Amino acid sequence: MDDLTPFLVLSAILFSIGCVGVLVRRNAIVVFMCVELMLNASNLAFVVFAKQHGNLDGQVAAFFVMVVAAAEVVVGLAIIMTIFRSRRSASVDDASLLKL
Amino acid sequence: MEFTAPEIDWLLVSPLLAVFAAALVGILVEAFTPRALRRPVQAGIAGTGLLAALVLTVVVALELPSQGGGAAHGEVTVTGAVVVDGPAVFLWGLLALVAVGGLALFTERRVDAGLPVFAGQASVPPGADLGSGPGIGTGGAGETPGDGGAPASYDRWEHTEVYPLLTFAVAGMMLFAAAGDLLTMFVALEILSLPLYLLCGLGRRRRLLSQEAAMKYFLLGAFSSGFFVYGAALLYGYSGTLSLAGIAAAVGAGGGPTVLLLAGVALVMVALLFKVGAVPFHAWTPDVYQGAPTPVTAFMAAATKIAAFGAVLRFLYVAVGDARWDWAPLVWVVAILTMLGGVVLAVGQSDIKRLLAYSSIAHTGFLLTGVLGLQGADELGVDQVSSLQAVLFYLATYGVATVGIFAVTTLVRDAGGEASGVDRWSGLGRTSPLVAGAFAVFLLSLAGIPLTSGFVAKWSVFASAAGAGAWPVVAVAITSSIVAVYFYVRHIVTMFFADPPADPPAVVVPSPATSVTIGVALLATVALGVVPGPLLELAGDAGSFLR
Repeated sequence: MDDLTPFLVLSAILFSIGCVGVLVRRNAIVVFMCVELMLNASNLAFVVFAKQHGNLDGQVAAFFVMVVAAAEVVVGLAIIMTIFRSRRSASVDDASLLKL
Repeated sequence: MEFTAPEIDWLLVSPLLAVFAAALVGILVEAFTPRALRRPVQAGIAGTGLLAALVLTVVVALELPSQGGGAAHGEVTVTGAVVVDGPAVFLWGLLALVAVGGLALFTERRVDAGLPVFAGQASVPPGADLGSGPGIGTGGAGETPGDGGAPASYDRWEHTEVYPLLTFAVAGMMLFAAAGDLLTMFVALEILSLPLYLLCGLGRRRRLLSQEAAMKYFLLGAFSSGFFVYGAALLYGYSGTLSLAGIAAAVGAGGGPTVLLLAGVALVMVALLFKVGAVPFHAWTPDVYQGAPTPVTAFMAAATKIAAFGAVLRFLYVAVGDARWDWAPLVWVVAILTMLGGVVLAVGQSDIKRLLAYSSIAHTGFLLTGVLGLQGADELGVDQVSSLQAVLFYLATYGVATVGIFAVTTLVRDAGGEASGVDRWSGLGRTSPLVAGAFAVFLLSLAGIPLTSGFVAKWSVFASAAGAGAWPVVAVAITSSIVAVYFYVRHIVTMFFADPPADPPAVVVPSPATSVTIGVALLATVALGVVPGPLLELAGDAGSFLR
């Protein structure tokens, strides 16, 4: 079998980029895109492991994750949209009414 | 490739199906029913579905076959995706009960002069549906009534989709607690989370706070589910299967790359600990509890914790139970941080919903202490409370008291909505002894004072953790319980012995649904404190998880 390590490393890098992006970016839409990047990094890992183990579970899982990610987009964009309508801003720093 | 249709034991999964069916019917009905009829019809459908689930859960519980020499009973069905065993059925019953209470609070409209709890439409701008015209509620005694500007009809509009959303969330929670593989667990996690994100953002009063809570909950929740999926992928890489039993077999056999196992467990636990609100993944809890409409907070605080602890227990005990010495130190640290963080931050709170949020974080810590009590059946002494039994009992008492206490919170109101400032509640014991008394009983139960259910629950989780040798954690737990008593009792003292403010908040008489919910929760809290035996036995009879 081919060496699959590079793909796993790529998926780990993508996951890390997404993770750091969520933590440092200000715009809710960009934060959300970074979350999607994390999910897609997981999909890559799932598919690589499916090839390594020679069964289909991982590929099926990747499909499920895609469907769930789509549902998450619907809900997420709706929420960001309503907050943008009332505040004219999608920055996560502006949403700071709730604090200690 | 050959395809074999999965074998499904329809009776065993019928409680799940009842709730899912109610949610789907609710969506259809929403499209075809005239606006005036929607609320009673939707509430009826949701109520029927939940009660049917409750009845079916009892039927299933009586039907469960015994397995593995009687230690566990139940059956794995839907090709391993759903495990209907004793603990799952116990949690199903509990979730259905709590959800009925939550539903009762959702239907409330008497406390706010006929206005529903939820926004007229998700797209209605803040304040436009409050009858008195635009006024942007930003907190405290927020809303200043303006004059006109909004169509009067918004007042009577109601976002009746909240009922199907509630039922979907309950269905996801029930699936979450019974998931037999990581993929089902992930899908269930999303089914329960997505409706909750939306429900948080639909408050009619203090709309901006509500929307902000929804956004925070959503972004952090999506972030944590990203961790879950990556962790699941790593565990799949380790074991070659997603099923919890398969992972357990791979862990037992050893041999795979340990780094994948450890990283996978850590990432999955990050997501699960986020859902239960454990430090250091607790940042969302106070904001969401405070910002969400209180009926949603009541339902979410109780039910999410029940479902998520079901998943935590199942994942840790079934999938990686053999790697206990790898994850136990992590849970030790998180439990200690959670208890200390929860109580220390709760001390300085001036908002009741925030105070309760930090108190719920502390309770997460106590529950995690119970999780640490995991012992093999052979190590368990005679008459010793097993950790699963203790945690299930704790979840029951915590869930009931939480729904009750948030329900009481909705009754004390200022012009702009709920009077949630702690100082606004001072002297309430003199003006409305009934409401203040009920609130005090729930607080005492959360504090774990004897003769309330909280005491027995705390005692049982501490005993089980101590039995398993987690002495340092139990010591911290007892210390933080004592600190917690301080801020609970301080609030009771303020209610009964301080002078009322110059413009005391109004205490409203709620609809029968809310009154019954509070009454039942109050009764259960006291009854479980005086005679905890039957429920403890029931939790014990649930047996262990089916592997």
